[in-house]
Amino acid sequence: MKIVSLDDRQPKSPAAPAASDHHVERNPGMALDMGWIDAIHVNRSAVERRTDSLGGRRTVKKEWQAAWLLRAITCMDLTSLLGDDTPGRIQRLCAKAKAPVRQDLLEALGVAHLNITTGAVCVYHEMVPTAVRALEGTNIPVAAVSTGFPAGLSPLKYRIAEIEESVAAGAKEIDIVISRRHVLTSNWQALYDEVKQFREACGEAHVKSIIATGELGSAEKIAKASMVCMMAGSDFIKTSTGTEAVNATMPVSLIMVRQARDYFERTGWKVGFKPAGGITQAKQALAYLAMMKEEMGDEWTRPHLFRFGASRLLGDIERQLEHFVTGRYSAANRHPIG
Amino acid sequence: MNRVAEIFETMEYGPAPEASDKVRAWLKSHAAGFGHYIGGEWVKPSDGQYMEACNPANDEMLGTFAVGSKADVDRAVAAAEAALPGWAGASGHERAKVLYAIARLVQKTSRFLAVLESLDNGKPIRETRDIDVPLVARHFYYHAGWAQLLAREEPDREPVGVVGQVIPWNFPLLMLAWKIAPALACGNTVVLKPAEHTSLTALYFAELCHEAGVPPGVVNIVTGPGSTGQHIVDHPGIAKLAFTGSTGVGRMIRAATAGSGKKLSLELGGKSPFIVLEDADLDGAVEGLVDAIWFNQGEVCCAGSRLLVEEGAAERLIAKIKTRLSHFRIGDPLDKAIDMGSLAAPIQKTRVSGLVEQAVKEGATLWQPQVSCPTIGAFYPPSLLTDVGSSNIAWREEIFGPVLSVMTFRTLTEAAQLANNSRYGLAAAIWSDNINRALELAGEIKAGVVWVNTANQFDAACPFGGYRESGFGREGGREGLEEYLKPKNEWLDKGSPLIAAPARVADKAGAHPGVDRTPKNYIGGKQTRPDGANTLEILDYQGRLAARVGEGNRKDIRDAVEAAFNAASWERSAAHLRAQILFYIGENLDTRADEFEHRLATLTGASAKDAKREVQASVERLFAYAGWADKYEANVHAPPSRQLAVSVHEPLGVVGLVCPDNAPLLSFVSMFAPALAMGCRSVVIPSERYPLLATDFYQVLETSDVPGGVVNIVTGERDLLAKTLAEHDNVDGVWYHGSAEGSAMVEKASTGNLKRTWVNNGKARDWYSTSAGEGRQFLHNATQVKTIWVPYGG
Repeated sequence: MKIVSLDDRQPKSPAAPAASDHHVERNPGMALDMGWIDAIHVNRSAVERRTDSLGGRRTVKKEWQAAWLLRAITCMDLTSLLGDDTPGRIQRLCAKAKAPVRQDLLEALGVAHLNITTGAVCVYHEMVPTAVRALEGTNIPVAAVSTGFPAGLSPLKYRIAEIEESVAAGAKEIDIVISRRHVLTSNWQALYDEVKQFREACGEAHVKSIIATGELGSAEKIAKASMVCMMAGSDFIKTSTGTEAVNATMPVSLIMVRQARDYFERTGWKVGFKPAGGITQAKQALAYLAMMKEEMGDEWTRPHLFRFGASRLLGDIERQLEHFVTGRYSAANRHPIG
Repeated sequence: MNRVAEIFETMEYGPAPEASDKVRAWLKSHAAGFGHYIGGEWVKPSDGQYMEACNPANDEMLGTFAVGSKADVDRAVAAAEAALPGWAGASGHERAKVLYAIARLVQKTSRFLAVLESLDNGKPIRETRDIDVPLVARHFYYHAGWAQLLAREEPDREPVGVVGQVIPWNFPLLMLAWKIAPALACGNTVVLKPAEHTSLTALYFAELCHEAGVPPGVVNIVTGPGSTGQHIVDHPGIAKLAFTGSTGVGRMIRAATAGSGKKLSLELGGKSPFIVLEDADLDGAVEGLVDAIWFNQGEVCCAGSRLLVEEGAAERLIAKIKTRLSHFRIGDPLDKAIDMGSLAAPIQKTRVSGLVEQAVKEGATLWQPQVSCPTIGAFYPPSLLTDVGSSNIAWREEIFGPVLSVMTFRTLTEAAQLANNSRYGLAAAIWSDNINRALELAGEIKAGVVWVNTANQFDAACPFGGYRESGFGREGGREGLEEYLKPKNEWLDKGSPLIAAPARVADKAGAHPGVDRTPKNYIGGKQTRPDGANTLEILDYQGRLAARVGEGNRKDIRDAVEAAFNAASWERSAAHLRAQILFYIGENLDTRADEFEHRLATLTGASAKDAKREVQASVERLFAYAGWADKYEANVHAPPSRQLAVSVHEPLGVVGLVCPDNAPLLSFVSMFAPALAMGCRSVVIPSERYPLLATDFYQVLETSDVPGGVVNIVTGERDLLAKTLAEHDNVDGVWYHGSAEGSAMVEKASTGNLKRTWVNNGKARDWYSTSAGEGRQFLHNATQVKTIWVPYGG
């Protein structure tokens, strides 16, 4: 087996793009290799030791903090997944995605020319057409949660059809949910087959596989589910739907990104990571970025390989940016609502 | 602010400095130089000498502090002696209040202490802030609790007296806490010398002691170089010495204090293995390595400096280590976001780089990450040595720097062999996601601390200390208190353990009717003739020839130690089996009570009543240790983390037992039985005057299912044989009951492998007493504590 160091970044095939190219060639997946899956060991206390100490090891202040927070915005899937979403509400969300930070703050920070937007807008299928229209003329993709989100327990043919409809409606990214029962019963073949079918249904749209870490029961299951999803061709692996009792945490995130690193080291294919749910504070966003930088390298701090699934995070980031500019602590009502 | 746009692209880290203005103001207020803290006052050095405190990260001079002369040390010891009665006599609550106040003050000044420590030592503020200082506070809290509880928990023991403490520069304040907190809790007073590279936090701590209401003279801080430490070591007023530092200096202290009667604990060097099995979480193991060898710049006595990885996982693990190190940040110790700061002094950088160069000359391949490393100051990059043979200097010698050496293994057995192939035995880490394999290995490693799936965890409640040349004595937990307490009335005020033979009187012809008996040595379960084919005459109490016993020599000791060493399976025997055998020995002795009574009476002149008493006491003692065999249990500790720390008592190994002449049967039994009970194999040198009680006894052993080699008996000249035992590098401990000179000789001769010694300094013990002649102290000396940390709970 060839061992690839992350810092060597040797692309596997000549067709694979260079590291500097932000449009990563898609992970084609591979056959399910149970040898890899069986050999996965994750020690929970060791994971927690790392995440507990990481916050103390890395911190950014002043200009660095401001720059990192802007980067966090570009990695954000600005999300609304509520039963009472309406076209009007989604249009407002998209407007915020296009202009996430007040212009005067961007100018004060000297970054007005960077055309900062969020990484994507994430909605339910019914809101896709609205979002696509609202974001016309931008590079902001629309992501649709799919496959019977959040439980994923509707009939398989409908779940696949849901993907196809969302793609037809213009979604560029599909956030699918896996069948947790396959993980809980260690039926890895079934999980693999399911995700592979979802990937096929997506066509050109990117697949973000939500493994719902809060419902998988153990560190090792989280790791194995992540690996199976990557083998089945996921472009991203994502922690949570946002509706589990526990959503994204640093430990589960570390478990997942380390699997993505292993997958890259073994195959040369880059798979992205998306923590979702419960990330509401700017300092959490900084901690996630530091973890990605430390564990995966700088490329995984960019939106083609890293996203936050968040609905409330942006407000806190805006306030922190204003504090950096003015030196005064800011208030929510000073920033345009999303 | 285009800087922001630039960083947005590069995603670089920026500086995150911790403020040091308060510490600098304090240093400025002491610009005239720090004195010693003696008797609750700041005292100028008697000969006016000062030395400089430097920041090793940038060579900045931080201040000057006093060089302790002999007169200064005399003054400090006198102050400690004067304070002793009051402090030892204070109620537990009084002492607890003072320790509690110190703990609180450490917390109240935690950031100041963290910054000062980082400036003086070069270690990252992240570590002083998150690890060193919180552990210091924890140590004082924990021992405040012991101070409160001690009177009822340890009613039979008392403080040792004035304690001299010499500490290293790698964890200046934490080592101070490890030393001072238990000493004070137990009612001792202290004279402490911080390391010359790092004296400043100890001096600030003295100010805290003042504020906390520590009575004058209870804590005395004397600063200076090694010569100041030497004055403390040599001072006759010191009752106990506690030293943490290099094995070389530890050996010198052992030799210097031989025969002084000073109690000694040594926490010395290590070359600790970090063992990664194929089924480990390899990413977790890499972080474990960061904690093990790149924590505190590798300047950690228990650093996991030898990586042993199962061959099939080696390539992946090494690749992962390299990737991880490529993300390392080395720089200003006061920056909150760096991984490694500066070594503690320029001389350490010279030493580390010299050892690494030597390792490369010996065939190792050096890898260092391409990360920026300051050129000013004593910075040294994290380093990985592969292609390291087991004879490579980097595999054998303590480097005390951020240097990891790697070797592979094939089986668990081989992992244990390679791990144990060292003169040291301080700590080990084992990584596996299979608890059976991990704990199997944990039982095989010769080390005082074993971390399973973690590394470098410390807590005040958990004993820390080494096997072999990593020293003796434990710090932390109840075990740590052992070092600062002594049994009340251990020794008799008068009387000698030695009995001189009377003048030889001529035998009448035919004085020995019956068949001739030939007492031999007893080695490896066999009666063996002495190597030199010489015998010694043993006289009875009237001076008549009672028998000839073998005159053992060096080679008999060699053979006996070899037999004992080869009986290693005794260490694994079940405690229940050892209990059964001890009961059985008691039964068989009782069966032959008449014979032993007769021997005692005719040989020693004991009355029939006294002879009977000694034999019965011996039977009882055997029963007592049969009882103890499966009841001397260690503790399960509850550190404040998701860990279970389990201490086990492991047999010390091969012990030499040198017996006195008084109560020759009972003392012989009282020496070998606890060793046997705890799983040790022993080489016993019986009473030189009355060896026949021991030579009679091997028949009892033979009929009691004692496996060959577990108890070996060599008769002869006590001190001659004891010297060979004490010098023998395959002997792990010597208990000596003989003359004061012999005691000194044993302690001095023990320095070769720093074996544990327990000597009587010429004093006599009341072997009939169940407190002085039996019990926990004997068991303590037959065992060593291994603390095993395992993740526990949700």
